[in-house]
Amino acid sequence: MAAFWQWFVAGGTILFVIWCVWLVSWSAKQGPQNVGDEELVGHKWDGDLEEWNNPAPKWWLYLYFITIAWAVGYMILFPGIGAFEGTLGWSSAKQYDDEMAAAAERYEPIYERFAEMDFQERMDDPDAQRLGASLYASYCTTCHGSDARGAVGYPNLTDDAWIWGSSEEQIYTTLMQGRNAIMPQLGAALGSDAGIDNMTNYVLSLSGAVEADAAAQAMQPMFVALCSACHGTDGKGNELLGSPNLTDDVWLYGGTAEDVRYTIENGRNGIMPAHGDLLGEDRARILAAYVASLSDDSPE
Amino acid sequence: MRHEKIEKSVNLMMVLIVLAVSVGGIVEIVPLMFSAEATEPAEGIEVYSPLRLAGRDVYVREGCYNCHSQMVRPFRSETERYGPYTTAGETVYDRPFQFGSKRTGPDLARVGGRYSDAWQRLHLEDPRALVPESNMPGYPWLNANMVDPELITAKLKTLQLLGDPYTDEQIASAAAEVEGKTEMDAIVAYLQGLGTNRSNRR
Repeated sequence: MAAFWQWFVAGGTILFVIWCVWLVSWSAKQGPQNVGDEELVGHKWDGDLEEWNNPAPKWWLYLYFITIAWAVGYMILFPGIGAFEGTLGWSSAKQYDDEMAAAAERYEPIYERFAEMDFQERMDDPDAQRLGASLYASYCTTCHGSDARGAVGYPNLTDDAWIWGSSEEQIYTTLMQGRNAIMPQLGAALGSDAGIDNMTNYVLSLSGAVEADAAAQAMQPMFVALCSACHGTDGKGNELLGSPNLTDDVWLYGGTAEDVRYTIENGRNGIMPAHGDLLGEDRARILAAYVASLSDDSPE
Repeated sequence: MRHEKIEKSVNLMMVLIVLAVSVGGIVEIVPLMFSAEATEPAEGIEVYSPLRLAGRDVYVREGCYNCHSQMVRPFRSETERYGPYTTAGETVYDRPFQFGSKRTGPDLARVGGRYSDAWQRLHLEDPRALVPESNMPGYPWLNANMVDPELITAKLKTLQLLGDPYTDEQIASAAAEVEGKTEMDAIVAYLQGLGTNRSNRR
């Protein structure tokens, strides 16, 4: 802040305090010195109720002076008078830094213990799991749900299907860097409504959800041409691309014929936002182990 | 008694009352209006793009500030959850700022990029489709309402008049930028830009 405004603040504050002292003293002076000298203010209520013009009680007056003295003490200790920082050197930024430093000193040894563990140990350690559960509650529930069962478009973490892989490094990468899964729209490539319907039936037949009729079976070469680059010729998906396994009964965007048809025709774009900046490496490792432990598939 | 002099003269009392109640404001608020910390944009802060500005106005109209604050306070418990604390220079283009005073929902000062666009859209339309425990109301009409291109041009001109550094080119192309956009597009663009001027890195 410019020097002028610092002096403005300092001058305004000091003058106001002096003015308060003067006003209280000035208005407290003079009063009846002896009983019987009191004057009446001249109001009359209910016929005979009258009011003496007496000074405010002394204790009341002293409260004024105590608050003024408090203000003076406060402004000596804390910043208040322009550029003067106060003898305690307090600032909200410094208080925050102290709080962070105290937390680092307290919690770093705890995180160090977890950092030394391996993936399996973190999954087995009750403290690491508790910490992971609280990290999950803070960062993950809005999309994956407080029960970790996900929502349409947001994977269920409790099943054994892993779109981007279930190894420590894969989960850790998912958490730190996020993921961006793109299912392109294939409506135009399939040409007609009938083409999309038949492809829908073929895809559903991969998991045994429906029996593929002849028209659907005839889509197999088309599936190889359009879909296999990501989902594989057998439809089992690819963890490197985040393309789901189509042969299981897990459907990220819904498994009805209508849902699958919509996905094929219009495409999908599933985004896992990067959490590296928010979590930091140590916490991401703990959270990765917690997420892995949610799955049916977790090595117990 | 001397206070009689003040109490029996309305004019003197008026002057003294005005003086007494305004000193605090004059000393604490007026200097901030001339302080670079509060009037210069923080690093990475730029004027709102036309679409984001339209989104900001939707945010204000729908009363989002009644349940969401946009100020991360300088406490560890806040910065752990939301990211670095808010500084005055981050809100210089907010007229008025959206600090808010109540958190029924979470703080949104750094919500940009925390969720995907698709998440924001579905969540605004039907919060319980994604978060079953949520008590946030849905805002499905945002999908149906269109942003008014003429209005946004007028808004930018007004803000330019108030000193926000919009260029004439930005104003000229503003209408085209929001043409055909829904209020949902606008508010998602607004939300996705919140707090992204700096990293959340701990």
